[in-house]
Amino acid sequence: MRADLSIIKDWIEPHSRVLDLGCGDGSFLALLKQEKQIFDCGLDLNPENINKCLLAGVNVIEQNLDKGLANFSDNSFDTVLLTQTLQAVQKPDLLVEEMLRIGKKCIITFPNFAYWRYRFYLISKGRMPVSKSIPFEWYDTPNIHFCTIKDFDALCNERNIKVLNRAVVDDKHRNSALMNINPNFFGINAIYHITR
Amino acid sequence: MTDSNAKDSVGIVKPQSIHFDEALTLRSGKVIEAYDLMIECYGELNDDKSNAILICHALSSDHHAAGFHSTEGVVDKKPGWWDTCIGPGKPIDSNKFFIVSLNNLGGCAGSTGPTSTNPATNKAYGPDFPIVTVRDWVKSQARLADYLGIEQWAAVIGGSLGGMQVLRWAISYPERLRHAVVIAAAPKLSAQNIAFNEVARQSITSDPDFHQGHYYEHNTYPKKGLTLARMIGHITYLSDSSMRDKFGKDSLTEGNFGRDLSTGKLNFGFDVDFQVESYLQYKGESFSSNFDANTYLLITKTLDYFDPAVDYEGDLSKAFLQGKCKFLVVSFSSDWRFPPERSREIVDTLLKAKRQVSYLEIESDGGHDAFLLPVPRYLEGLSSYLSVVANEPVTTEKSSHAS
Repeated sequence: MRADLSIIKDWIEPHSRVLDLGCGDGSFLALLKQEKQIFDCGLDLNPENINKCLLAGVNVIEQNLDKGLANFSDNSFDTVLLTQTLQAVQKPDLLVEEMLRIGKKCIITFPNFAYWRYRFYLISKGRMPVSKSIPFEWYDTPNIHFCTIKDFDALCNERNIKVLNRAVVDDKHRNSALMNINPNFFGINAIYHITR
Repeated sequence: MTDSNAKDSVGIVKPQSIHFDEALTLRSGKVIEAYDLMIECYGELNDDKSNAILICHALSSDHHAAGFHSTEGVVDKKPGWWDTCIGPGKPIDSNKFFIVSLNNLGGCAGSTGPTSTNPATNKAYGPDFPIVTVRDWVKSQARLADYLGIEQWAAVIGGSLGGMQVLRWAISYPERLRHAVVIAAAPKLSAQNIAFNEVARQSITSDPDFHQGHYYEHNTYPKKGLTLARMIGHITYLSDSSMRDKFGKDSLTEGNFGRDLSTGKLNFGFDVDFQVESYLQYKGESFSSNFDANTYLLITKTLDYFDPAVDYEGDLSKAFLQGKCKFLVVSFSSDWRFPPERSREIVDTLLKAKRQVSYLEIESDGGHDAFLLPVPRYLEGLSSYLSVVANEPVTTEKSSHAS
C-alpha cells in the first residue's frame, strides 16, 4: 500500500460514506469496503483506472476535478479524500473549499516541496528537483501547484480550516524524530485530516 | 462477419409468444384486456433464478437481440440488433446469464400492437391502439418476470429508450433488480428531441396513404412518410464525423466532409448527387417495408411522454430514494441525440439520492448509434461491470412487489 494510505485508513469510520477524488485503480476504496464496509464513490479520468475500478466492483464516476464538484451536495459524504493529487489540479484552494463543503471531514495528502533534499537539489544543481517520489521533468509533470507544509498550514489558517490531525512521513511511511522537530524540512509527504 | 456457428454467437434462436390474460391498465386510464409478448431467451436460468438479465429495446428494435433466426434469407440471416454485446464470452455473457429480450407492447414484431386484431371490433387496432408509456411497458415486463419465475433481475439493461425503461424499473420495482445499466439515455426528452419526433410524425400522417392510420383497410401503407420519418431519425443517430467517415472514402483529398458522389459526377438536377442521399433513402425505404407506421407514431409519443420526475414535484432524485440497486450509466462523446450532459444529469440525480453509481463517458465518433457498435472501451467497461455482477453473492431475501 502507498505510504500515505495506511495512516489514512485509521481515520476512516466504519460504515461511513467516502468520496475519493482521483481514486486511481480503486484498490484503496476496495480495501476500505472490505475492511470498513464503507459506501464508496470514486472519481477518476483515466480509462484504464476506471476499468480497474469496475473490475474491483468499486463505484467510479468519470469526472474531471478541474471542472468542479458542483454535482455533489453539501455534507453528502463523511470523508472526502484527495491523495497525492492536490498539486496536480488547476485551482487547489477552490478544490479544498469544495471538499469541505461536500465532506464533513477531508483527508488531503501531498508531497512536501520544502523537503531538504529538494531544497538541496535546487541549490546545488540549480535545476527543478526530480526524485523517486516526484519523478517528472518540469515540462511533462502533472504537478502544477507544488506547495510546502508551511504553505498548506498558512492556507488552513487563512480560510479558517481546522486541522484535526497531521502526519508527516517519508516514502516508506516511516516517521522520524527529525520529522517531528521540523516537518517542513524533513517530511517528504504530508497527510492532513481537516474539517471546518 | 459473425455467423450462427461462431463461438461467440448464441446461434440459431427461436422467439416465443407469451399470452397474458390479466388486463393491463395503462397510464392513460385505458385498459388492454389481454395481450401477447414476443420474447427471446439466451443462456440458462440457474437454480435459484438469480442470473437473469432483461434487455430493453429502443425505438425501432424488437425481441431479436442476439443470434440468428435462420442461416437462410436476407432478413433472417441478419444477427439480432445487439449481437455485438450479447453472446458467449461477450459483455452480456450468455454463458453466465439467462438473458431475456422482448418486443414491447405496441410494437410490430409479434407483440400486441396496432397491427393486432382488436377483439372489440375484430379489425386491426390501427391508430386506436392506446398510447403506451414507458411505465406501462415496465409493468408488462414485470408480469413477464412473474411468468418466468424471476423474482429479481441480476440486471436490467438498455440503450436509448431502453435506458429509460431501465430507469423506470429502478423507480417502479426497486426491489426487483440488483443492477441498472442505462446507456446513451436521458432523464426526459428535450424540446429538440421532441421536435425531431414531431417532424417524423408529420411525415407519416401527411402521407396520402396514411388514411388517418387506417391504411390496412385500404390495402396500402404510408411508405413515403415512414421512409422520411426514418431518414430524419437516422440523421440524429449518426454524428457529423461518422457521416464524414462513411461518405468520404472515395476522395483522395483529406477533409471532403463526406461529400463522396453517388455516380461520380454532379447531375445538375434534384435527384441523388451524393452518397449520403442514396444511403439515407435506402435506409429509410428498407426500414419502412419492415416496420409499422402506427407503431412508429406510438413509440415516438412514448419517448416524448417519458418524464418520471412528474410524480416527484420535478425532483427526479426523490424517485430513486427507494431500492438498493447499483447503476452503471454510459454515454458517448459524439451522441447529440442524448449527449453526455443528459447522462450526467442521471448520474447527478442518483448521487443526490445517495445511490451507488458508476459513469463512463466513452470517446466515440459513432453518434447515438455508438451504443450498438463495437466500441472497445465501451464493451470492455460493460464486460468488467457485468463480470462483478455475475460473481457477486446473492442474498435470498424475498420482498414484496411494488405495484
